[in-house]
Amino acid sequence: MQKFIAWIDDRFPLTKLWEEQWGKYVAPKNFNFWYYFGSLAAFVLVMQIVTGIFLAMTYKADATKAFESIEYMMRDVSGGWFIRYMHSTGASAFFIVVYLHMFRGLMYGSYRKPRELLWIIGCLIYLALMAEAFFGYLLPWGQMSYWGAQVIVNLFSTVPYVGEALGTWIRGDYTISDVTLNRFFAFHVAAVPLVILILVAVHLMALHEVGSNNPDGIEIKKQPKDPKTGIYLDGIYSHPYYTIKDLVGVVFFLAIFFVVVFFLPDVGGYFLESNNFIPADPLKTPEHIAPVWYFTPYYAILRAIPSFFASQFWGVLAMGASVLIFCFLPWLDRGAVKSIRYRGRLYKTWLAIFVFCFLLLGYLGTVPVTVWGQFHGGMADVLDTQDRATWVARILTLFYFLFFILMPWYTARDKTKPVPDRVR
Amino acid sequence: MRIRATHFVAALLLAASGAALAAEGGPRLLNAPTEPWFGREASLQRGARNFVNYCLNCHSAQYMRYARLNDLGLTDALIKDNLMFATDKIGSTMTVAMPAADAKAWFGAAPPDLTVEARVRGKDWLYSYLLAFYRDEKAATGWNNLVFPNVAMPHVLWSVSGTQKLVEKEFEDEEKAEAAAIAAKGLAAVEPAPGGKFVVKTVAPDVPGSLSGPQYESFVADLVNYLDYMAEPAKQERINIGIIVLIFLGVLFVLVYSLKRDYWKEVH
Repeated sequence: MQKFIAWIDDRFPLTKLWEEQWGKYVAPKNFNFWYYFGSLAAFVLVMQIVTGIFLAMTYKADATKAFESIEYMMRDVSGGWFIRYMHSTGASAFFIVVYLHMFRGLMYGSYRKPRELLWIIGCLIYLALMAEAFFGYLLPWGQMSYWGAQVIVNLFSTVPYVGEALGTWIRGDYTISDVTLNRFFAFHVAAVPLVILILVAVHLMALHEVGSNNPDGIEIKKQPKDPKTGIYLDGIYSHPYYTIKDLVGVVFFLAIFFVVVFFLPDVGGYFLESNNFIPADPLKTPEHIAPVWYFTPYYAILRAIPSFFASQFWGVLAMGASVLIFCFLPWLDRGAVKSIRYRGRLYKTWLAIFVFCFLLLGYLGTVPVTVWGQFHGGMADVLDTQDRATWVARILTLFYFLFFILMPWYTARDKTKPVPDRVR
Repeated sequence: MRIRATHFVAALLLAASGAALAAEGGPRLLNAPTEPWFGREASLQRGARNFVNYCLNCHSAQYMRYARLNDLGLTDALIKDNLMFATDKIGSTMTVAMPAADAKAWFGAAPPDLTVEARVRGKDWLYSYLLAFYRDEKAATGWNNLVFPNVAMPHVLWSVSGTQKLVEKEFEDEEKAEAAAIAAKGLAAVEPAPGGKFVVKTVAPDVPGSLSGPQYESFVADLVNYLDYMAEPAKQERINIGIIVLIFLGVLFVLVYSLKRDYWKEVH
């Protein structure tokens, strides 16, 4: 075995790659609960690819056969229901894990120098993931697949002047059709997964170059090396320590994941929407169209923005901005410290406001705007008879953006605590 | 005709808000009886019988194979002799001979395929719907439904269930009407009436059918259990496997966690 590895190493840097990327990678030893979600995201990615390959063996990307092929898979293919529920649950799980992974970055300032590029690559992965989910959601060819895609593609059609042409170009037709289904299938199974895989590889290479942040936000590379072990004082080898720790995370995650897969695969309509069990009907618009839960915060922002100059484009702009603004965090944050542990009250308050806005917008995106009724009298005339939920969403949208826009100000003014030399 | 995208998005948002209003005014549904732990198979068998006899003439279940009824403890011979009227191949799916275009001309809407209907509507809705038909001379078919007003489907099961009539009570305000609807302890819909009043609609038995009230309710319960099974035949298998998987993961977690603790002992 030794000789075999040596033979390969003479011809390909196998040992070198392994040691640089994982085996001899030194990570801070104080990773907490929030540091499981990176490896979990990678795990879910692999799971989605593997289950996806098996789904593609039965699925037919054809408007007349797609719905049927999935029912065939659910009934007549042995274990087909299992593969499909893993994939459908995996989609939601991917977003849960990625949202928690991103929140970890916000809490501990993982986007700060020298990890700006690492953070931006992560944002690109998130964008690619959204595209992947969007393309994939059309494939079951149910009513929600169809009309959800219709709404999202129409967002592009609101772009001034070129919108209509842009929409037609994306669909390949004047409406969502078999042509659209085929190209979305191609994007979902080949193009976007390739992009995601490459970006994830780049994300990991960048991480292992700059080194991991940690809950204290201390740069372990600035510490002296331990004379006994020859590595930084608060460092530890990834392998075997984090290999085995992440394995605990994976088993724990799988336990929760399989509760959903085996006992409540629909999750009350949040993971699998009931209207999607009706085959797509281009002539019948469903009464209530809502995207899957992971897009609902942005959908709520889209709906909250009123149209100006007879154009809905502003809402689309705001929605796009609400996603892209994450990329600018490394330069918006002027704090003296990275981690929330040593931040002052201002940042903590603003982060709490942001999380609250994100979650409530997420809820509002799943329900019709009339959910809380309308304003009646007593209020200024402007508000009378308007939907309460829309105004709440507008205020939440405002604070969502203020979290980013005011960040240079409140992080610089914040009263921070001194950061110790060693991790806790 | 080209619809401008901006108008389209606006229309969809309007449609979404309209749906909420409709949902708020929806009738109070009955709870479908829970599937019995013992006798589940018998209930599903009766449900399958009711389905092929009363539903499968107009509604197809085009993704469901007759052979799958093996799940319910039925042999191929039993299925062939008792449940297959339209085909002699046990591997066929439950299709109907009625062309969709004709169906649309006759009923105003083609009867939907019922394979996964239980996943669209839910058991409570189906159960309530099948108990909510009443005589309505103004309707084209002579029937109306409290759960699905002006539904195109006539009350196919009337000879079994007997007929019901609509009972309307008027109330001065919405609160009293809602209270009365709750007090009715059954199917009840509250709707606004002229003059700012509110009307509570319920149904009451009229002419008896071949089954008594409770007998018909259990007839419908069996049918709904079957529809629920048909919408996801693998459900029982899924739950059974799930229990084993979770026990396995529980044991694995203990092992992996002790391994982790052992490795991390030396880290300070």
